[in-house]
Amino acid sequence: MYLTPLQTIAMILAVAAGTQITRWLPFWLFPENRKPPALVTYLGRVLPTATMGLLIVYCLKDVAWLSAPHGAPELIAIAVVAALHCWKGNVLLSIAGGTAAYMLLVQAVFV
Amino acid sequence: MERLSEKPNQLAALKAAFPSTVPVMTGYACLGLAYGLLMAANGYGPLWSGLMSAIGFGGSMQYVAISLLVTAFDPLQAFLLAIMVNARHIFYGLSMLGKYKGLGAARILLIYTLSDETFSLVSTLEPPEGVRPRDFYLWISLLDYAYWVIATVLGGLLGRFLTFDTTGMDFALTALFVVLFLEQWKKKENRPAGVIGLLCAALALLLFRDELVIPAMVFILAALLGGRKRLCT
Repeated sequence: MYLTPLQTIAMILAVAAGTQITRWLPFWLFPENRKPPALVTYLGRVLPTATMGLLIVYCLKDVAWLSAPHGAPELIAIAVVAALHCWKGNVLLSIAGGTAAYMLLVQAVFV
Repeated sequence: MERLSEKPNQLAALKAAFPSTVPVMTGYACLGLAYGLLMAANGYGPLWSGLMSAIGFGGSMQYVAISLLVTAFDPLQAFLLAIMVNARHIFYGLSMLGKYKGLGAARILLIYTLSDETFSLVSTLEPPEGVRPRDFYLWISLLDYAYWVIATVLGGLLGRFLTFDTTGMDFALTALFVVLFLEQWKKKENRPAGVIGLLCAALALLLFRDELVIPAMVFILAALLGGRKRLCT
């Protein structure tokens, strides 16, 4: 340990405070006993899908597109997920299949 | 308000919630074990990993915080960095204002544990017939939270004994987001927003590399607000 236990606890609380502010802010700004502005309701309706797109890209942020294998394992595995999901529509199967494909690709194919 | 006619059946709610959290368990197992291992390598044992996970719950910031735990003591920097790294949570809250309305004290736990993965599940899934939304969302949230805390403690305890090559297993979380994106894509009215999310984030990645999240949020907001008239119809 580099910090003292007391300092470490202070760091944990600081991290928690910053993180929790980001989680609570919308609920503080728009309390449930008041009707939120129409604009906020609109955002609440369109943001989930847009944010899911952001999360997918975020997961791919460390992919080196310009050097071999140019993100091939990621793109192939995502294609496997999408294909399985369109075929069977089973969430667990799609995720397990895609993850297994990805592990195979990074451990045995593109090494 | 709770409907008095329905008896809360927690077991049914747990049974409904559990399968949807299995991918999160897989992903958290990998990332949590790795986190506990990394903390231990820096001199912070399983107890510290567990404390950080239970109180500071938020995977990406916890990874960032490791580097802050091995330099000069600066909690203010940790606090500000936590806000920046986790700014995306603001979108989750805005998205969940409706679904998390009127859920009483459970709301505190639901908001406290609203991680990327929990958000992706609760925003996409609806509880099955006979299960109260509050119980369904709460079980998803608590299961995910427990997976993370337990995985990070286990990582600190026995990470070094792992012999199975888990490289790539954390792709489960990417796959989860892809699947939930496809689930939302099924509804035609969600599609423009989905395309906006992907394109804005890709643009932000191109321009800002690792620091993409906040610019991506700005781009997404601008596009969604700018296209409001068209997206509303």
